[in-house]
Amino acid sequence: MSMLSSLTQWVDDRLPLTSTWKAHLSEYYAPKNFNFWYYFGSLALLVLVIQLVTGIFLTMNYKPDARYAFASVEYIMRDVNYGWLIRYMHSTGASMFFVTVYLHMLRGLMYGSYRKPRELVWLIGMAIYLCLMGEAFMGYLLPWGQMSYWGAQVIISLFDAISPPLALWIRGDYVVSDATLNRFFAFHVIALPLVLVGLVLVHIIALHEVGSNNPDGIEIKKNKDPKTHIPLDGIPFHPYYTVKDLVGVTVFLALFSAVVFFAPEMGGYFLEANNFIPADPLKTPPHISPVWYFTPFYAILRAVPNKVFGVLAMGASVVIFFLLPWLDNGPVKSIRYRGSLYKAFFGLFIVAFLILGYMGTQDPNLWYVNPVSRVCAIVYFAFFLGMPLYTKLDKTKQEPERVTE
Amino acid sequence: MNLKSLLKHFAPLTAALALGVGLAVTPAFANEGGAVDHAPINPGDQASLQRGARNFVNYCLNCHSAAYMRYSRMTEIGLTEEQIKANLIFTGQKVGETMAVAMDRADGKAWFGAPPPDLSVESRVRGADWLYTYLRGFYQDESRPTGWNNIAFPNVGMPHVLYQLQGVQKLVEEKAAGEGGEVHHRLELVKPGQLSPEEFDRFTADLVNYMVWMGEPVRAARVQIGVVVMFFLVLAFFLTLALKKEFWKDIH
Repeated sequence: MSMLSSLTQWVDDRLPLTSTWKAHLSEYYAPKNFNFWYYFGSLALLVLVIQLVTGIFLTMNYKPDARYAFASVEYIMRDVNYGWLIRYMHSTGASMFFVTVYLHMLRGLMYGSYRKPRELVWLIGMAIYLCLMGEAFMGYLLPWGQMSYWGAQVIISLFDAISPPLALWIRGDYVVSDATLNRFFAFHVIALPLVLVGLVLVHIIALHEVGSNNPDGIEIKKNKDPKTHIPLDGIPFHPYYTVKDLVGVTVFLALFSAVVFFAPEMGGYFLEANNFIPADPLKTPPHISPVWYFTPFYAILRAVPNKVFGVLAMGASVVIFFLLPWLDNGPVKSIRYRGSLYKAFFGLFIVAFLILGYMGTQDPNLWYVNPVSRVCAIVYFAFFLGMPLYTKLDKTKQEPERVTE
Repeated sequence: MNLKSLLKHFAPLTAALALGVGLAVTPAFANEGGAVDHAPINPGDQASLQRGARNFVNYCLNCHSAAYMRYSRMTEIGLTEEQIKANLIFTGQKVGETMAVAMDRADGKAWFGAPPPDLSVESRVRGADWLYTYLRGFYQDESRPTGWNNIAFPNVGMPHVLYQLQGVQKLVEEKAAGEGGEVHHRLELVKPGQLSPEEFDRFTADLVNYMVWMGEPVRAARVQIGVVVMFFLVLAFFLTLALKKEFWKDIH
């Protein structure tokens, strides 16, 4: 026996190393027909790693103190070796995390990946998404610019509409202040990342238990080789999908780098101009809007005339995703075999989501913002609430026996 | 899968990102007031940046600080530390220190209504065009405590620091011909200053050029490194693609 294999044996006797490698990589059989949309899971994982690593280096020079926070960010940008690169990677990473996660979720919607037996995969994924929203929201306060400050002020004041003591408890003060900055820092750098990493692990374990869905929405485990019990349409994740994802990673990194090096502010969408002004509790900016990834939900909040109901509608617009596995009555999973009724609702939902995202960035005093947001909010909720009915009425096509190219 | 279909594969993402980068070319700044003039600046023009630095320390850095900007960083626009010490530091500070000012924030608030903001990253808040318009946009207005108002920043607290150079402008209201014609405002030089209008435009453009550079001194290096990174990633793309194709040969 060679040195290496005897060492492996030594470890395997004490830790399930080889068996874990096999179960999750070299003998985890994934459908062979993954398409473009299947890159975003691994890419989201990549962004998570980028955020963790750049975050650690930022923490070494950032000061979570209302007096020094803004200055320490500029110190990172100017005086820390490659601090600008670390900071731009982190700020771009925040937005790219949402880009990849939204596309990952869209894939789940299109191919019915939330359906039985993957309900838990979906629920854990939604928990990751909620955690990510909290992580992004709290991280955005840390540069302590005007938008950091007033964005946090506006969002926390939403809790005021529900329960003023709750808002006070979150802030730790009557306004967003040094106390708020310190606790948000604690949540952003340790509490939520821990939860996030844990949930991602559980997400993958749950996925590997039930197996991956595919663009046809059919179960590859139904057709196994009688001798080997390997799904006929399955291929080992490693090396096939590791090398394929590597191509996706390269393309993604090229796009990511294009933003980091050539347009780090992304026209004010990734880094807002107002956030280069230090936070001033006495000076409210004329127009406060959250970063782009929250704007669809923010638009729903503003579309409702009553503040309490607005907050509830905004909460519902996120939470309703959790119910998807039990709202869908369709006999097929994938959009490829759905009928025109579902496709119409789905298409309108995507359009409404994008328009809401745009409306959320716009000044609410513009005449079209509220009426358009209201129509889109209705379409948004109709997609979910009408789903039990229209998926039943929908004329679906016959699913194939085996996966198609 | 061949190269063509793989590229087609990534087309939606690439298109979306291209659109995003396209949007990024026209940045959104926190501007008040109306239309702005285009700032004729060239970040690669070191002489202009040096003149801008001179203008900045002489005219701005008395009330405004640039507290995140170190004097020594100006070695990156072609000055030596000796030149910086001899010509650009009036406060006895060391060359490695940041551009601080002695004015007390409370005094500033009492004198101007608001403490003069730090200018280190002002160009990233306002954008070059707004700064260029603002610095050339002061006009005489007896109703204001300072006697000055500004076309880009209505009721501004800052007096016209550069009036000796620019001269005195007045706001002229013009009504287009006919009933309900549009009202236009334009500035008219009523008393010339030490510089001709062309010279003054050049002076402000240099100043704005410097402020844009100071807002992100690393910008030129960032773009330069970015080009190398992109080149490497394009190579890596063809390598990973070849690897993928090799492994996937037998999957049908």
